[in-house]
Amino acid sequence: MIGDAVFRVEGLRKSFGRNEVLGGISLELHSGEVTVLMGANGAGKSTLVKIISGVYERGGGAMTLAGQDFAPNTPAEAIRAGVVTVHQSINDGVVADLDVATNLTLDRLSGKGAPTLFNPARVRREAKAVADRMGLAIDLKARVNDLSLADRQMVAIARALAHQPKVLILDEPTSSLSSAEADRLFALVDRLREQGVAILYISHRMSDIRRLADRIVSMRDGVISGVFDTKPLDYEGAVNAMLGRKIHLDRIIARSSAKAVLTVAGLRIGQGARPISLTLGDGEVVAITGLVGVGKTALAETLFGVRRPLAGTMTMNGRPYAPRSAGDAIAAGVFLVAKDRATSGIVGGFNIERNVSLPFLRRMSNFSVLRRRLERSAARRQIEELGIVCRSEKDEMSALSGGNQQKVMVARWMAQNAALFILDEPFQGVDISARRDIAAKLRASANGRATLLFVTELDEALETADRILVMSEHTIVGEHRNADVDLDRLLAEVAGGPLHSAA
Amino acid sequence: MTLRDYAIRYGFIVLLVGLVAYFAIAADGFVSPQSAVFIFQSVAITGVLALGVTATLVVGGFDLSIGSVATSAMMAAAYVMVVLEQNAVVAVIVCLLIGAVVGLINGWLIVYMRVPDLLATLGMMFLLVGLQRIPTEGRSIATGMTMPDGSVANGKFGDAFLALGRHRFDFFIPNLIPVSVVVLLVLALLIWFFLEYTRFGRMMYAVGSNERAAELAGAPVKAYKIWAYVISGVFASIGGILLAARLGRGDIASGNNLLLDAVAAALIGYAVLGAAKPNAFGTAVGALFVGILLQGLTMMNAPYYTQDFVKGVVLVVALVFTFALSGRGRR
Repeated sequence: MIGDAVFRVEGLRKSFGRNEVLGGISLELHSGEVTVLMGANGAGKSTLVKIISGVYERGGGAMTLAGQDFAPNTPAEAIRAGVVTVHQSINDGVVADLDVATNLTLDRLSGKGAPTLFNPARVRREAKAVADRMGLAIDLKARVNDLSLADRQMVAIARALAHQPKVLILDEPTSSLSSAEADRLFALVDRLREQGVAILYISHRMSDIRRLADRIVSMRDGVISGVFDTKPLDYEGAVNAMLGRKIHLDRIIARSSAKAVLTVAGLRIGQGARPISLTLGDGEVVAITGLVGVGKTALAETLFGVRRPLAGTMTMNGRPYAPRSAGDAIAAGVFLVAKDRATSGIVGGFNIERNVSLPFLRRMSNFSVLRRRLERSAARRQIEELGIVCRSEKDEMSALSGGNQQKVMVARWMAQNAALFILDEPFQGVDISARRDIAAKLRASANGRATLLFVTELDEALETADRILVMSEHTIVGEHRNADVDLDRLLAEVAGGPLHSAA
Repeated sequence: MTLRDYAIRYGFIVLLVGLVAYFAIAADGFVSPQSAVFIFQSVAITGVLALGVTATLVVGGFDLSIGSVATSAMMAAAYVMVVLEQNAVVAVIVCLLIGAVVGLINGWLIVYMRVPDLLATLGMMFLLVGLQRIPTEGRSIATGMTMPDGSVANGKFGDAFLALGRHRFDFFIPNLIPVSVVVLLVLALLIWFFLEYTRFGRMMYAVGSNERAAELAGAPVKAYKIWAYVISGVFASIGGILLAARLGRGDIASGNNLLLDAVAAALIGYAVLGAAKPNAFGTAVGALFVGILLQGLTMMNAPYYTQDFVKGVVLVVALVFTFALSGRGRR
């Protein structure tokens, strides 16, 4: 430990309405140290970051910076005080149409004491000073638009560092970078660490974490669930604290299947990724788990035909299966409940009934004229089946709770019989009772198809699946029958044990 | 339903009925079959264009080229008959082809070239306004005109073609309903049925509301978008045919107001029955609303130059209905 904490958070709370997002967070950041913050989606990481960076007001608790009270009302105040955040979306940190020099000095163009006239020579001089201090080798006259993602990221960070911060927060900075690009970022982080900046690094990528972390803090459901700072760091423990079992539920009775529905051989879904081979059986519920960004969604989209594999073959019920579009996949009986229902599932202008019937309009029409009575009865049946809480099938989607919206999304694809039913993060933003309903429904109706779930939370996999596969770095690294699962081995696979750690 | 819901839902219809009642009392002769037909006739061409643009609004797009497609079709019809001395059928086919091709190009620009819809169709509008003047070096087309090479164009508008603009069907009263009104009603019914009752229409709404969700539900989103622009182009060219038939010549200066009037009608349609989305019925009512208002005001001796102002007021009020009151406005 290097001296006292430069930044300290104590008992931080935050609620949105009745929903408590942070339930008393205490955290310390030390100069010259990289603290990695891990947490699944919805754990409260981004809320914490937004409070520290002055976007949200805190609900309770205290923050101190270098011993003094720190309570920013706006992001600008936080930056002036020396706490600088680089957000996940790179383009929030740069102005794409301006050149690098202007971007690096953008914050000096407004506020008190800023000159009225824009002086290009002066801007370039100041920008050069910033770039040199960071060891940034980018043409200052280049337009940010023309830069690669990694270079943009560097500019965004350099711009943040022009304030000479005491605390730097990096929110998933490598999520859109290649590994070579990420290496440049790591070198920069090392340099800042030497300069004595306290860094809070938020990431899901185990390879990043292994490369950079001095300490790991795990978050879960709005509280700190583990702090790891003795070397060598306990990576599995950190993953366990973030994802491991919370509550012991009734064990499910794992079934096994005799008849293969989908066989995948040598499928490669990412550059440099090792091939995937798997078999999904009739009546079986299989969960694929892994951290965010390990390629779960890419695999789901490949199976559903909206993404092309780099190599490999798929066979459905004995016939070759190579879908070129979602339409092809649906025709072959492969249905997908996509991740993030708000952007890729719900049609906001449609009510429940029309959302349910959306993919199967052809089957619900005569000579392309819709059979509305059939549509309505199908919607009513699905509302009944899944226990969707609503006044009628004519309700707007916006009137439903998150759990019920998700039920509608599942109901949409359960209205017809599937050969392979894929659900990508079906329990995200879903309350516990709706989650149980959906899981029970999936298991009860599993016969006659293969069911494949993609989930980050281990609990969700353990609660629903007969078999659990673990993904890491765009390939499958482990398989467990959901009966007496060896949790330690599973967590080690999720954390990407030494065998699989990236360079 | 609360009072507010009723206001959103029926407010505009009540306004329309009130307007008719007011004119019926205040303006002599407003309530008569002839007056009603005149109103329909006055909005027939803009109505047809508005129905077409509704299709592009449904998929979340916009078509600014409809006015110039209509005038191009009008000039093409005149050119085909007067200069090339072809018959009415050829003229109509050429016009429809122009509409379809322009729609295809618009769709291609927007879907494959990724040009934003407003800009692509704005560009197309300019292109067509210029293109339609090139064959005649900027002159209007009429029988007996002198061509650029000095020859005289002797072709003339066929009787069958002119009938599209001048023939009136008997309807209880002899010679009452003009062809253009029948065309408007038929097209309105067609597009209404297409959008509300066929799976294609339903998918177009889905594409307009959430493109990615529609794609993941298996819809060929690009094809739907392109088809919407083709529908819009073809409808606009039908409007152009009616315009040519009514005028009996290819008039360079006509059709200036078509785009704005049609777009206004479609946008007013958002407010009808609290739909808060583009819809064929609303568009038809929107076009009628404008027609009734102008006819009534004219019969009460309001000067012609106040017309655009009145239309603008109606549009703004309708948009407030849609976006502020219903609180779910999104395009």
